[in-house]
Amino acid sequence: MAKVLVVDDEPNIVLSLEFLMQQAGFDVVTADDGESALARVEESPPDLILLDISLPGISGFDVLEQLRNDPNHARLPIIMLTAHGREVEREKGLALGADDYVTKPFSTQALVEKVKALLVEDA
Amino acid sequence: MRTDAIVISVAFGYLALLFVIAAWGDRRAEQGRSLIGSPTVYALSIAVYCTAWTFYGSVGRAAQYGPGFLLIYLGPTLAMLMAPFMIRKMVRIAQVQRITSIADFISARYGKSQGLGALVALIALIGITPYIALQLKAITVSHAVLVNYPLAPELSLAEEAFWVDKSFWVALVLAVFIILFGTRHLDASERHEGMVAAIAFESMVKLVAFLAVGVFVVFSLFHGPGDLFTQVAASPELVGALSLEAVPGGASGWVGMLVLAFLAFLTLPRQFQVLVVENVDERHITRASWLFPLYLLAINLFVIPIAMAGLLLPAGNPDPDSFVLTLPLSAGLDGLPLLVFIGGLSAATGMVIVETIALSTMVSNQLVMPLLLRSKRLHLSSQGGLAGWLLGIRRVAIVLILLLGYLYHALIGDSYSLVTIGLVSFAAACQFAPAMLIGLYWRGATGRGAALGLIAGTLVWAWTLLIPGFAQSGWLNDAFLEYGPWGLSWLRPYALFGLEGWDIYSHSLLWSLMANVGLLVGISLFSRQSPVEKTQAALFTEAMHPGLIESSLWHGQTTRGELRTLVTRYLGAGATARVFADVPNAGPDDDWPAPPDLITRAEQALAGALGSASSRVLINSLVRGEALDLESVLSILDTTSETLEMNRRLEQQSRELAQASEELRAANERLRELDRLKDEFVAMVSHELRTPLTSIRAFAEILRDGRDLPEEKRIHFLDVVVLESQRLSRLIEEILDLARLESGRLTLTPQRLDLVALARHSVDAVHRLQEDRGVSLEVDIEVDEAPVIGDPDRLEQVIINLLDNAGKFADDDAPRVRLHLTPHKQHYRLSVEDNGPGIAEEERERVFEKFHQIKRHGAGAGKAKGRPRGSGLGLPISRGIVAHLGGRLWVEEAPKLKGACLVMELPAAPAETAASASPP
Repeated sequence: MAKVLVVDDEPNIVLSLEFLMQQAGFDVVTADDGESALARVEESPPDLILLDISLPGISGFDVLEQLRNDPNHARLPIIMLTAHGREVEREKGLALGADDYVTKPFSTQALVEKVKALLVEDA
Repeated sequence: MRTDAIVISVAFGYLALLFVIAAWGDRRAEQGRSLIGSPTVYALSIAVYCTAWTFYGSVGRAAQYGPGFLLIYLGPTLAMLMAPFMIRKMVRIAQVQRITSIADFISARYGKSQGLGALVALIALIGITPYIALQLKAITVSHAVLVNYPLAPELSLAEEAFWVDKSFWVALVLAVFIILFGTRHLDASERHEGMVAAIAFESMVKLVAFLAVGVFVVFSLFHGPGDLFTQVAASPELVGALSLEAVPGGASGWVGMLVLAFLAFLTLPRQFQVLVVENVDERHITRASWLFPLYLLAINLFVIPIAMAGLLLPAGNPDPDSFVLTLPLSAGLDGLPLLVFIGGLSAATGMVIVETIALSTMVSNQLVMPLLLRSKRLHLSSQGGLAGWLLGIRRVAIVLILLLGYLYHALIGDSYSLVTIGLVSFAAACQFAPAMLIGLYWRGATGRGAALGLIAGTLVWAWTLLIPGFAQSGWLNDAFLEYGPWGLSWLRPYALFGLEGWDIYSHSLLWSLMANVGLLVGISLFSRQSPVEKTQAALFTEAMHPGLIESSLWHGQTTRGELRTLVTRYLGAGATARVFADVPNAGPDDDWPAPPDLITRAEQALAGALGSASSRVLINSLVRGEALDLESVLSILDTTSETLEMNRRLEQQSRELAQASEELRAANERLRELDRLKDEFVAMVSHELRTPLTSIRAFAEILRDGRDLPEEKRIHFLDVVVLESQRLSRLIEEILDLARLESGRLTLTPQRLDLVALARHSVDAVHRLQEDRGVSLEVDIEVDEAPVIGDPDRLEQVIINLLDNAGKFADDDAPRVRLHLTPHKQHYRLSVEDNGPGIAEEERERVFEKFHQIKRHGAGAGKAKGRPRGSGLGLPISRGIVAHLGGRLWVEEAPKLKGACLVMELPAAPAETAASASPP
């Protein structure tokens, strides 16, 4: 069973994503800041990360960059989540190697489908 | 009809009319719709040549000497026929050089020599005074004839006290009139458009009056010209008197008279005034060159018939000078004599007005002002007084000139006929002709030659005409007329060097002009011109071809040091250094002659600051090494002070401009900063709004799609939706508060309240919540009452916000919060501290920035206890509210609990007599 890491500092958002991913049939691990997210990846690499950008401490972009620079996780599917609707941030995320970019608030169905598609592709 | 009162009131009425015309002409000139912009007016103004001497004297002279009087008018006719060449040149020069009088003209021609100008002015004053006397005499005599007819006029002047003498009062009235007329304002060009208009009008009046008498005499007293001539032919005595042979001096007399009139027409100060100074358009000369001779023809048409009639008819007054008046009087007429009197008055006043104005200009500009300007004691260089001085001098000069005329009239006038006096003045004016006319065409004529010629000619004139006049009036022993002074018969005034058989005028003219021209030419050939004289000579002789002379200017005779000093005085050191860039070490003591190109460069540099005219005059004065003349001083002072004033204003303006643009730049900066902040704010607001919305939407969709959710999950999710919705509303509320605070639209209702009560109330409000989270809340209030002015709801909002924040940031394990209220000077301080990690020094101001979130690492424990996240707007809003109430809100080190401490300080409310408002 594929494992999804959910990273967000908003407990209620984490709660909703956790529920959605479990419902779609994935294992879920959560983290509420960038450093613990990187720790979770090291402990046991997930198959996909839902990564918020605005995090306390190091930001989602930093996490993304570090993972992409690590040959072990260079191809790990990552979907960025953000409350910033600005085009520049989307570009930045994609340029840093994010597989997709989802603006909050998002459609739950669309998000689940994106996750599934990436995991099938990967498989 | 001929009573004194009527005659005098008619005369005054006529003068008043003249004044109105002059004022009208001046007004039109100011409006730019010149009244005199016509060649006809120009020609009529030249007819000021025809004075009372023409009006009354022509008939007198014709009666005595036959048609010789015509020569007085043939001379000007000749001159006017040559006008398109000669007078046009003078007009052009006068306009370029801004000539104000004939004295100015001659002075300018010979290098702006002040001495020569003064000499001309002096000679004019002496020579023309008799002529003015003549006009006074004509007015007085004609008035006496008119009033006393048929009795002989009582004119024993010398025996009466001057205040009984009518001419004295005539002179005074005219002086007042001319002062009102000609010195109302100071005009740099010395043009008097109003005066010219009035003079042209006078010329028409005298012509009409004279023609009226002529027509009356020929067609009413006689039956047409045929009848008149038949009757004259019957009297051999009359035929002889009116033949050409009657002209005194024979052929020499003819030529002499023609030359005299020709030259005087150009050189009499009043003629120069109307011909040259008052000319407004060079093109007028062309029509005037035939229109003016036509005028002369018309006014002379009836001279011989009237003279014949006067001699034929036994008129009551045997004086031929009065025939014009006595003939209509003898016919018993009333109106026509009055018209004739007015005609004579117009002829006399016209002359006196123009002549006096011209003379007073010369006296003030060429005689008095140069002396005053040299007198250092008077400090005339201060600009304000100069114009006033100038007008004052002119006015005094006018009065003195007329009094001088009266004096001459009273002392000498009786012994001379009108014509004789006039010709004496003519001969004096002729002395200006060589200097003026030869200077106009011969470049080599020098100032020294001109001055010596002028002096010599004038001395000869005085000896041969003026002094004999005094002698004949009984003021001198007239024996020297007969035998010569000291028995030297060759020095006899009327037969100089034994020249006998000439009439006295031709005789005087011959010798005076011979001396004048001889010295002018002779001395000029053997004297050198100064550089400026050379320049001016070129400008005058080549006036019609100005292109030829520009290159020959500034053959300077000044040193580089002097030039540098001059330029420095006006331009300062920096600009001067640029002008003298290729003369590196020229100090004030540099004695090297300045090369022409350097002088030109200096002139151009000065022109940039002072204007070209002043610059030229300054350079001129330096190169010439003389004191400046009056007008130059005036214009330099004018332009300099204007320039300085303008510089000062420009400087101020550029300072203001720099300041304004600095302000503009700062405002722009501020605007851009505000714009950036606004963008940031909008982005943050949208970010903050999206966060709760995300949860709400996600759970709403989950609830929608998951109909088979377990009940407890459904309730949990619904709770989340409700909580996040509340958070959203709170956020929106705060954003609106902030917007109102920042735009100043926050409505506070300040009232007197007790901060102690309010603090307790707030503590009660949060107590339950804090207790739930395990926060221990200490309250330490040091006063019983703390009256402040504030909005109770808003202040409570602030205090609750502070307590909330403190709770959030207090230590996770044993959270403690302390509220402390204490008086401090005229204020109350309410501080809320916690035992959390505190706020770093550099963060203390940033917590009041919008959406600033204090990051807490490892805050998982806090979340577990369910503390709500802040929006990052609470502190900015609180600070805004406190500031609105005149207080302050800041962060400091917690004194007791060692965490963060937020202090709110509010001014104590002023002591109140009424009961304090109760807290909410």
